[in-house]
Amino acid sequence: MAKRGFDIRKLRGFSGIAMTCFVMLYMPIVLLVVYSFNAGTSIAIWEGFSWRWYVSAWDNEMVQEATVRSLIIALSAAAIATTAAVLAALATTRNRKFRGQTAIFALIHQPLMVPEIVTAVALLIFFATIKVATGYTGLMYLIIAHSAFCIPFAYLPIRARLQGMDLSLEQAAADLYATPFQVFRRVTLPQLWPGILAGAMLAFVISLDDVVITEFVKSAGQDTLPTYMLGQLRRVVTPEINAISTVLLMISVLMVIAYTLLSRTKR
Amino acid sequence: MAELSNTISQRAARNRWLLLTPALIILIFAASGPLLITLFYSFLTPGDYGGVEWEFSTDAWFGVLMQRDIFDDTLGWSDAHLSILWRSVKLSVLTTIACLFFGFPTAYFIATRPKKQREFWMLLIIIPFWTNLLIRTFAILELIRNEGTINSVLMGLGIIDEPIQMLFTEFSIILGMVYVYLPLMVLPIYASLERLDFRLVEAGYDLYATRFNVLRRVILPLVKPGVIAGSILVLVPSLGAYVTPRVMGGGNQLMLGNLIELQFGQGRNWPLGAALSITLLAIVMVALLAYVRAAGNEEVKHG
Repeated sequence: MAKRGFDIRKLRGFSGIAMTCFVMLYMPIVLLVVYSFNAGTSIAIWEGFSWRWYVSAWDNEMVQEATVRSLIIALSAAAIATTAAVLAALATTRNRKFRGQTAIFALIHQPLMVPEIVTAVALLIFFATIKVATGYTGLMYLIIAHSAFCIPFAYLPIRARLQGMDLSLEQAAADLYATPFQVFRRVTLPQLWPGILAGAMLAFVISLDDVVITEFVKSAGQDTLPTYMLGQLRRVVTPEINAISTVLLMISVLMVIAYTLLSRTKR
Repeated sequence: MAELSNTISQRAARNRWLLLTPALIILIFAASGPLLITLFYSFLTPGDYGGVEWEFSTDAWFGVLMQRDIFDDTLGWSDAHLSILWRSVKLSVLTTIACLFFGFPTAYFIATRPKKQREFWMLLIIIPFWTNLLIRTFAILELIRNEGTINSVLMGLGIIDEPIQMLFTEFSIILGMVYVYLPLMVLPIYASLERLDFRLVEAGYDLYATRFNVLRRVILPLVKPGVIAGSILVLVPSLGAYVTPRVMGGGNQLMLGNLIELQFGQGRNWPLGAALSITLLAIVMVALLAYVRAAGNEEVKHG
């Protein structure tokens, strides 16, 4: 043994910085949640516990509409992105290198590499032209835009799951005269399911949280919850924003925990 | 036999493209296609009320760094754009350094916990990562604004008489960006540290290395790929940041993202906005390529 009490893993000051980090990461969030229950109108001076800001957010028509819109977009985008991602993952995993593979990967991962503001501006330019040409200004623009940037987030966990899967089960099924579709339906899909669910949840959270692209693509009166909040930040902020934030926060936390549990069963 | 395998591989290729179709259509329609159109727009003339005139012009690209003098029409450097560009690069690099300073020890701390605890600590890093960026920016905004928590507490204690102006400064933008992007630094460094063989560290100490030398000569070289990956993951979104400088910087501390937005709002110069977007994209691509090369070199060295 080395000297008693000499821990080779210890580096002076590191634990202190790490603790500072955790406190710094969580203190603002905790304060945000605490003040959503403030009875007063301040976001810094505590005046007692109350649910008033949750009630006021619930009764706020703008918030209601933005919530419904956010959910419609996030659910549609998650469904579309996940479906496209499953098919793309099946096509690009567990095979030899094929022509155009690099280009395909670059395309799928583009939303991760291109800065959001650039994508947002590009979509603004493109959709503005279409809006003028067709006269249609509905939610489809937002749904398609969200589907596109959700695809890589859905694709990555599904592909990871697919790569970790045992090929021999599918080969066994094929040996027993199962058609390719039966193999997929009865063997591949049940094993792939946790990956699909994880991908769909990531896509849902990413879409629900998006600010920049939504802000540029939306037509007048199409605020989602995040863009509504961004607009409110310019005015006098009341704890109502804290209350909305807290609810969104809870959704994210629940999703992350579920996601962690889902991707853990892999091993 | 060769014929049979040929038809099979042909069918496989057809199936592959069939399966890829939905994703490709969506991505081309709402990601790559619009990007090409943006490049195209950067060579057009701005319309009077936003939009473009269909007339070729390279003015937008000159406008990225240059401007015409309003009196004698001579070309000169655009001080406003240069200072915004410089601020974007400066704040992004400072954010990356600060994230490294806080992120590396945090990743190290997590990687040296007993195995069962690591998952819990990592969850603490991952939760903010998946939490709405706007909400996190808002949380830190509430902390440092003039009537915010820090100033209220300090004034309540009688330490200061007037609130300290922290918001709407370059400091507040860096603080905001470090806060929102820190998890991106911790995750890859942790992934590298987790695989670190501590017998090498022990060997270093056996050979009478000091703690600093072990960190510098043993640990850092081994986790370099994680450090580079983390730095790129922080640098790239910082360069393109839009929400954080808008919320934390107010209207006067613009970064590149805000300058771009301005061209589609009050500026009404879409071609310039398009040219600036492509410029930002080019800067980010250079950073990413540098990363790919650095990562490639590492693999060759260790492989």
